[in-house]
Amino acid sequence: MMRIVYTKPKSMKDVPTHYCPGCGHGIIHRLICEIVDELGIREDLIGICPVGCSVVAYNYFDFDMIEVAHGRAPAVATGVKRSRPDKVVFTYQGDGDLASIGMAEIIHAAARGEAFTVVFVNNAIYGMTGGQMAPTTLLGQKTTTTPFGRDHKMEGYPIKIPELLSSLPGAWYLERVAVNSPGNIRKTKKAIKKAFLTQIEKNKFSLVEVLSPCPTSWRLSPVDAIKWMEEQMIPYYGLGTIKDEGIQVVREK
Amino acid sequence: MKKLLLSGNEALAEGAVRAGCRCYFGYPITPQSEIPAYMAKRLRQVGGVFLQAESEIAAINMVYGAAATGMRAMTSSSGPGISLKQEGLSYLAGAQLPALVVNVMRGGPGLGNIAPSQSDYFQATKGGGHGDYHLIVLAPFSVQEMADFPHLAFDLADKYRNPVMILADAILGQMMEAVELKNNEKNRLIEKPWAVTGARGRPQNIIRSLFLKEGELEAHNKLLQKKYRIMKKNEVRYQLTGDPDPEVLLVAYGSMARVCMYIMPRLKKIGVRTSLIRPITLWPFPYDIIEDISKKVKFIFVLEMSEGQMLEDVKLASREKCPVYFYGRMGGGVPEPEEVLTKIEEVLKVESKRKNYKIRR
Repeated sequence: MMRIVYTKPKSMKDVPTHYCPGCGHGIIHRLICEIVDELGIREDLIGICPVGCSVVAYNYFDFDMIEVAHGRAPAVATGVKRSRPDKVVFTYQGDGDLASIGMAEIIHAAARGEAFTVVFVNNAIYGMTGGQMAPTTLLGQKTTTTPFGRDHKMEGYPIKIPELLSSLPGAWYLERVAVNSPGNIRKTKKAIKKAFLTQIEKNKFSLVEVLSPCPTSWRLSPVDAIKWMEEQMIPYYGLGTIKDEGIQVVREK
Repeated sequence: MKKLLLSGNEALAEGAVRAGCRCYFGYPITPQSEIPAYMAKRLRQVGGVFLQAESEIAAINMVYGAAATGMRAMTSSSGPGISLKQEGLSYLAGAQLPALVVNVMRGGPGLGNIAPSQSDYFQATKGGGHGDYHLIVLAPFSVQEMADFPHLAFDLADKYRNPVMILADAILGQMMEAVELKNNEKNRLIEKPWAVTGARGRPQNIIRSLFLKEGELEAHNKLLQKKYRIMKKNEVRYQLTGDPDPEVLLVAYGSMARVCMYIMPRLKKIGVRTSLIRPITLWPFPYDIIEDISKKVKFIFVLEMSEGQMLEDVKLASREKCPVYFYGRMGGGVPEPEEVLTKIEEVLKVESKRKNYKIRR
């Protein structure tokens, strides 16, 4: 007798995505949908996708979604969660969005300890607009706006967001993962699930940074993009838990 | 009914709470800071949400989030802060989200000053942010209207799924008057089946303003324009007061309408029959009534605390049926009744020397 061991998550629509070959968004979308199904939160979930390649994520996620302005997702999520505290809320943000134009919004949301989950996809570049330098672009990395490679004397240093947020008491769970290998993809799922549970169980702020490939804007084949991630990105950023205040603690009054 | 002595800002805040507003997000700026201070206390009493945002940009986006879930949400600010909110206003209009934004106008441009002004008229009525969109813009002229208009604003916002702005000024925000607070407990809260509240027993809801497929955005714009045409047809509000057979028409809104009302009896004493149109909706603007009256009067006189912004709409409305004169002061200068009277008398002298000095009927 045959047994189904792998199927499309219920909260994911059965449509092709617009993402480029080798892009990490499709993997991360699927992981989120698997988690949503496993936690049974689809009908209480509100997702928020700001400007970036994933701005039309509502075409793939089959639950309530809000599309918002560049960088403003944490502010919108604050408005949603504060007015509907019984709902599960997450933002899905890129590195240009979160670490550049939306820096004030993410820091203050974390400082206030807003009870939503942030999935922060870092591919070290602006993909949607054609490969410009992001605040997370590595030193020496060539982009259309750093044609000679990022130079710290000119463009400063790449920003490590979870480390930056870790000094804030409001930030409860911060982790960096990558989607470069099956093992790391499993760890990514575990981290995002834990981030949702931090919201559901503890009513606290959580952020998972996912290092993700962008072969098109990196001007690499999907295989070489993974290699570049492993040789350049992961060594610079480092994977693992940056901060974890725990979710097994008894709920506060 | 019992009357209370309240400042315009306090009256507006209480009016908003009574209109069912349960979410306020704002950032401090003079001369509207009494609104967040009032809301911080009051919303807690009614189980609402008050949050001081990290910026005006964050505040308007928090409103966007709360409005997306179907709540009556608002923010308030003044010129420099309202400029920062323009991105959010464009998104609210594009995504068709109802919300209330209050501008208690101060002097500009730039940081300007904190004195009264009406220099944000263009910004409020002609777009302000990017794209072909309009806000409904309400202009109160008394503390009573500061208290009453939030209810009207939220009803209109919900009815049309469109952001509404209350355009007041520092005089109206700071002055105190006796107010009758209406109990709006039975709010006409309408169903919002489009709101994102979790897709329970229904298909997914999406709030968005991005339409990338060919022709999709044009169709969306046409839909918005259709809505704006209905607003223009149904929502024009104004007050017409004074002589039923005027030879001079005054046009002024907000606190400047009060100056006009103050000098009208004086003009009557010197034998000048005057009436006043006070636009209550600055958008949609009362073009038709001004056009009608402009056929009958010798001239129109517009008074504003700006270099003449509403003046352009009055000129459009009058279709050159009669001359349109203007007096205004900028940068916090408030026209005194005496100086306005002097200006009108000067115009009367000029107009009486005209060859065709006849009342057209």
